[in-house]
Amino acid sequence: MSHQDYAPARRDARPPRRRSAEEPAVPPAEFRSYYGRPVLKAPTWKVPDIPAYLFSGGLAGASAVLAELAAATGRPALARTARLGAAGGALAGVGLLIHDLHRPSRFLNMLRMVKVTSPLSVGTWILSPFSALTTAAAASELTGIAPVLGRAAGVGAAALGGPMTTYTAVLITNTAVPAWHDAHREMPVVFGGSAVSAAGGLGLLGAPVRENLPAARLGAAGAAVELAAGALMERRLGEIGDKYRTGHAGRWMRAARALSAAGAVGGLAGRRHRGVAAASGLALLAGSLATRFGVFMAGKASAADPRDTVAPQRARLDGGSR
Amino acid sequence: MSFTLDQRLAAPLADPAGEAGYDAHPPRMGFFTDTSVCIGCKACEVACKEWNLVPEDGLDLTGMSYDNSTGLGASTWRHVAFVEQTTPNPNAVDLGMPSVPQGAVEDDREVRWLMASDVCKHCTHAACLDVCPTGSLFRTEFGTVVVQEDICNGCGYCVPACPYGVIDIRPEDGRAWKCTLCYDRLGAGQEPACAKACPTDSIQYGELDELRERAAQRVDALHEAGVGQARLYGHDPDDGVGGDGAFFLLLDEPEVYGLPPDPVVTTRDLPAMWKRAAVTAAGVVAAVAAAFLGGGR
Repeated sequence: MSHQDYAPARRDARPPRRRSAEEPAVPPAEFRSYYGRPVLKAPTWKVPDIPAYLFSGGLAGASAVLAELAAATGRPALARTARLGAAGGALAGVGLLIHDLHRPSRFLNMLRMVKVTSPLSVGTWILSPFSALTTAAAASELTGIAPVLGRAAGVGAAALGGPMTTYTAVLITNTAVPAWHDAHREMPVVFGGSAVSAAGGLGLLGAPVRENLPAARLGAAGAAVELAAGALMERRLGEIGDKYRTGHAGRWMRAARALSAAGAVGGLAGRRHRGVAAASGLALLAGSLATRFGVFMAGKASAADPRDTVAPQRARLDGGSR
Repeated sequence: MSFTLDQRLAAPLADPAGEAGYDAHPPRMGFFTDTSVCIGCKACEVACKEWNLVPEDGLDLTGMSYDNSTGLGASTWRHVAFVEQTTPNPNAVDLGMPSVPQGAVEDDREVRWLMASDVCKHCTHAACLDVCPTGSLFRTEFGTVVVQEDICNGCGYCVPACPYGVIDIRPEDGRAWKCTLCYDRLGAGQEPACAKACPTDSIQYGELDELRERAAQRVDALHEAGVGQARLYGHDPDDGVGGDGAFFLLLDEPEVYGLPPDPVVTTRDLPAMWKRAAVTAAGVVAAVAAAFLGGGR
C-alpha cells in the first residue's frame, strides 16, 4: 500500500455548516478539531421517550397544583380534569422513563440511593411519591371511595407539583452539552412556563366554560413566559443559540411559538365558546410538547458539533479567564 | 476529614478517595501519557481489549490516517489518534531559485505525524460519577472512577455529562462502559494492561504526584531541546475538573487531538441550577394561585 492511498492531512478540519437566512453574516470563529469529529458523546436518551417525559412531567406537576386550587374554589369539573391530567402525566412519565432505560428490568436500581449531585436521582424521589399521590387522588376522584384520603393525597401531590415542573430543566442542563448547559439560567423558567401553559391548556380542553377562566389565564401566562424566556435563552447563548434556530430543533421551536401564541390568544379571547376553548387548549398542549422536543433536539445537535464545545473554551483560554 | 461544598463539586481537591469516604487508602494512581514518544503501534488498544474482554467495536476504514477506531467509546477504552500536519521545514535552505508551488511544498515544508493514546481522564471532579443515579459509577480507593456493571441500568445520564466524550452505552448490552484503569490489576499490584504493553513508555502508570513531577521535568527537557510546542494537558489541579488522574503531554493544541481545550465539570454550576429551579417552582405555584384571584367566572 503506497502513501498515496491516504487522504491528505486536513490542517483545519471543519465540518461544512449550513447557514440559514436569519443568521447574521459574520464569519464564524476559527476552531480546530480532530477530523471534524464531535468532542462529546451524543446523548443516548431515546426519542420520543425523554422529550415526551419532559412534557408529561411538566403537565402533571402544574396540573396537580391547579387541581387542588380548583377544588378549593368550587370548580369540581376543572379539578377533575386536572387530577386526571396529573395522574395521567405522572404515570405516562414513569412508563416513558422506564422504557428509556437500556436495562429496563433494573429500574428499581434508581431507588438504591439519594444523591443530590444527580438530578436524575432527585427527580426519581420527586416523581415516585408524586405519581403515587396523584394516582391515589385520581382514583378517589373517579370511584368516589375515601374522598378525604383522596383529597389529602391531592394536596400532597400539589406540594410536589412545583418541583416536578422545573427539576427536569436541571436534569438536562447539568450536562456538558453546550446548548443545554449554557442555558442553565433560563431553562427552568422556560420549562416552568411550558408546564403552566400545558396545564392551562388541559383545563381549557376538559373543563366547562363556566369553570375555565383560571385555565385560560394560566395558559396565556405560561405561554408568554415560555416564549419570552425561550427568546432570552437563545439570545444569551450567542452562536450556540443557532442550535435552537436550525434543523429539527428550529422547526420544533417555530411550531412551538406559533401553537403557544395561538392557544394563548384563543384561550383568553374565546374561552366562552366551548369549541374555541378546546381548540386553544389543544394548541397550548401541542406548543408545550413542541418546546420540549425543540430543546431536546437542540441539545443533540449541539453535542454533535465540535464547534460548540471547542470555540467557547478556546475563547475562554485565549481571553485568560475561566 | 471534612470538605466544603465547593471542594466537593469543583474546587481543587487533593484527596478524591478521602472525599469519597475512604479513611485509609493507597495513594492516588494515574496515567501520564507522553505523546512525544508515541509511535502509533496501538499495542495499548489491543492489550486493553484482551485484558478487559472488550468486544469488537466495528471494522471500519475511516480515511482518518491510520486511525480506524475513531475515538473512545463503550468498546474502545484506549484510542490512538493520528494527526498528519504539514509544517514549515526548519532545515530548508533557500537557494533563491524560482520554483513552482508543488516544488515549494516538497522543499520547505514537511509532514509531521502526531500520535496520541487517549483514555478516560479519571477526573478529580468526575461528572459521570456525580450524575449517576444508581451509584453504579464509584470512586475507588486509588482515586479512579469505575462503572459497576452489575448495577448500571443504562439510564445514560453519564454519557452527555462527560466533558471529554469518553463514556458511552454499549448498544447490544445496554450498559455504560469505559476504562477502569484496570481496577482488577491495580488491586493485585499490577500496572494496567495498556501501560504494560506500551513499548516506548509513552503510557506511564504510577502515583499521580510522582507522575506530575516527572511530566514537568519532561516538558522542560523538551523545551530545552527546542520543542517549544510541548505542553501538559490535564495536569493542573486548578483546572475545570480539578485535574485529571490521566493526563497528557501534547505537541499541539488539545482540540487538534479531539480533546476539549478547557473542560469544566458541569456539577460546578449545580448549586446555582437547583436554586434557580427552586425559585421558579415557587413561582409556578404562585402563578397558578394568582390565576384563581379576582373571582371571575
